[in-house]
Amino acid sequence: MTELLLRVRDLRTYFVTEQGRGTARAVDGVSFDLHAGETLGIVGESGCGKTVTSLSLLRLIPEPPGHILPGSFIELEGRNLLTLAPKALRAIRGNEMAMIFQEPMTSLNPVFTVGDQIAEAAIVHQGLSRRAARARAIEMLKLVGLPDPETRVDHYPHQLSGGMRQRVMIAMALVCGPKVLIADEPTTALDVTIQAQILELLNRLQDELGMAVILITHDLGIVAGTVDRVLVMYAGQVVESAPTPELFARPLHPYTEGLLASVPRLDTPHPRRRLHSIPGQVPAATAWPAGCRFHPRCPYAWDRCTVEEPPLLDAGKGEPASHVVRCWLLAEPARRTRQP
Amino acid sequence: MNLRATLALLGALALALFVVGEARRHAAATPARRRFFRHRPAAWGLFVLSFFVTLAIAAPWVAPYGPSVTLEIVTLKNQPPSLLHPLGTDLYSRDVWSRLVYGSRVSLSIGALAMLVAVTVGAVVGAVAGYVRRWVDTALMRLVDVGLAVPRIFLMLMAIALWQRLPLALFVLLIGLTGWFGTSRLVRAEVLTLRERDFVAAARGLGAGPARIILRHVLPNVAAPIIVSAALGIGNVMLLEAGLSFLGIGVPPPLPSWGNMIADGAAQLATAPWTTLFPGLAIALVVMALNAVGDALRDALDPRREAEWDTDGATL
Ligand SMILES: Nc1ncnc2c1ncn2[C@@H]1O[C@H](COP(=O)(O)OP(=O)(O)O)[C@@H](O)[C@H]1O
Ligand SMILES: [Mg+2]
Repeated sequence: MTELLLRVRDLRTYFVTEQGRGTARAVDGVSFDLHAGETLGIVGESGCGKTVTSLSLLRLIPEPPGHILPGSFIELEGRNLLTLAPKALRAIRGNEMAMIFQEPMTSLNPVFTVGDQIAEAAIVHQGLSRRAARARAIEMLKLVGLPDPETRVDHYPHQLSGGMRQRVMIAMALVCGPKVLIADEPTTALDVTIQAQILELLNRLQDELGMAVILITHDLGIVAGTVDRVLVMYAGQVVESAPTPELFARPLHPYTEGLLASVPRLDTPHPRRRLHSIPGQVPAATAWPAGCRFHPRCPYAWDRCTVEEPPLLDAGKGEPASHVVRCWLLAEPARRTRQP
Repeated sequence: MNLRATLALLGALALALFVVGEARRHAAATPARRRFFRHRPAAWGLFVLSFFVTLAIAAPWVAPYGPSVTLEIVTLKNQPPSLLHPLGTDLYSRDVWSRLVYGSRVSLSIGALAMLVAVTVGAVVGAVAGYVRRWVDTALMRLVDVGLAVPRIFLMLMAIALWQRLPLALFVLLIGLTGWFGTSRLVRAEVLTLRERDFVAAARGLGAGPARIILRHVLPNVAAPIIVSAALGIGNVMLLEAGLSFLGIGVPPPLPSWGNMIADGAAQLATAPWTTLFPGLAIALVVMALNAVGDALRDALDPRREAEWDTDGATL
């Protein structure tokens, strides 16, 4: 494997909710590695803690109400991000590690031109002059394939379509050439045809710039052709992790099975209809079920699942820990046949 | 009134009309400007303001006499308006029109400068309190509570007690520094909602520090309420200046301000009402004009009003 960039161990991010409704354990013990040039997919339904995970990586959790628990560990190229001083942290944000947000319509400042916003990171981190920054912004707009960049650079966000804004967001994130790009559901707010274009763009940029990408989505269909490795999240935890081909060929967690079954086929007319094959919904982060957190929705669940929380079990055939699953079925495979 | 002064006055009127005409002509350019002129009194207010600002700037040309020139203390005192002295003369035989013109300089610049101080301090305090929150917010807002609870006139009187003759710069500063509390409340409330917006998180994610986020991402987005409160606030400051000058603790004579002109003429209200009537009228006109413009700006700068008028994008 190539050089290790980002090492996350036992990340826990909790929110103390108001009105004493308890603590939301939004991210509850997530661990993963990210290597240079690699693409990692994080998949899970809405409310599973994907956004909180990515915000935690950049330490962008609003505090209060949120906090990252002591014992969590996030290391970027040997530097522990959780103990870094605010100034050193800012030098990393947008420079070495950048993020694209879920909502292109609201993540741009309405009162500044897109050129100003793209140039911002370059001005903050590289002290570019205004003139040089503008030239860089035009260059970036070209890179992300926005037509007529010399004109667009002076436009305001409201003058652009959703797809164009997402391209601008990508340009903003990439202007300093980060080593790690976190894309939080970059296509969820977009039309299907635009979705494909944006994914293609991200793929091309990754090839050209050689950065590592964390692609977050609720749609397993999106990661299929794009990512090297998939992390399936449920209820704030990793429930399965495997190289993409392995995961699609041999999904072991019932939740992954459910997600796969709900991936829209190319020939279905409603590609946005999703997750109909998993009954129920993600519980509130303040009240994760006891035992296996997925057991109330699991077709295989038996009494052990309701009381005993499964650890991440190794299901790898070759390399150790290449395929891990948080499910008791791995310990008692015979139970799988008793499918309802 | 000599020929030069008459021509200059006509020039000022023409210029004010021209400003309003030009503004109207370009009004269709953006939705914000269209919304501005939807307010009938807005054009009128703009005219009054441009007129008085022109007077203030061009005072030496518009005024036939100097602001404190006593013409002929025996024969020319308390003369009613005439062709030679369009607004009459006062107790010291000074030309009221000339003093009114020079007084516009003093009154308008005190209003504008004091408001500038108040708005700057208010915006920064409000933005910091709303963005940083926690104890900083608590401390600043308690300070604001105190500021709003202590009567402004009391603070001014205290200052007078310290400096018998208050220097003008200090007077302006005092008005400004006692007038930012409301603005800071307003800005804080806006910032509290703004700081949760996605683009602020995005800016933090790009490595922008708190100062940069407040100055570049938060404050420009509260520009609209700040500008509106400033426009309305100038009027208040002018009234305050007039009141304090009337009490003899504002602008020191013989420098004319509209406030101390009223104070000077108050004793002759029955015999020479023109010495108080015209400066009073000038204050009323400008304050009304500022309110009209402020109201129109509120609509013009609020993109949420967009849907009511147009369908194309918001502009600030
Ligand atoms: N600011 C917050 N305050 C309280 N709870 C939060 C906050 N942000 C997220 N959460 C909780 O964290 C959980 C995970 O949210 P999120 O990471 O946004 O999910 P996803 O991105 O996977 O859809 C949710 O249950 C949500 O209620
Ligand atoms: Mg999310």
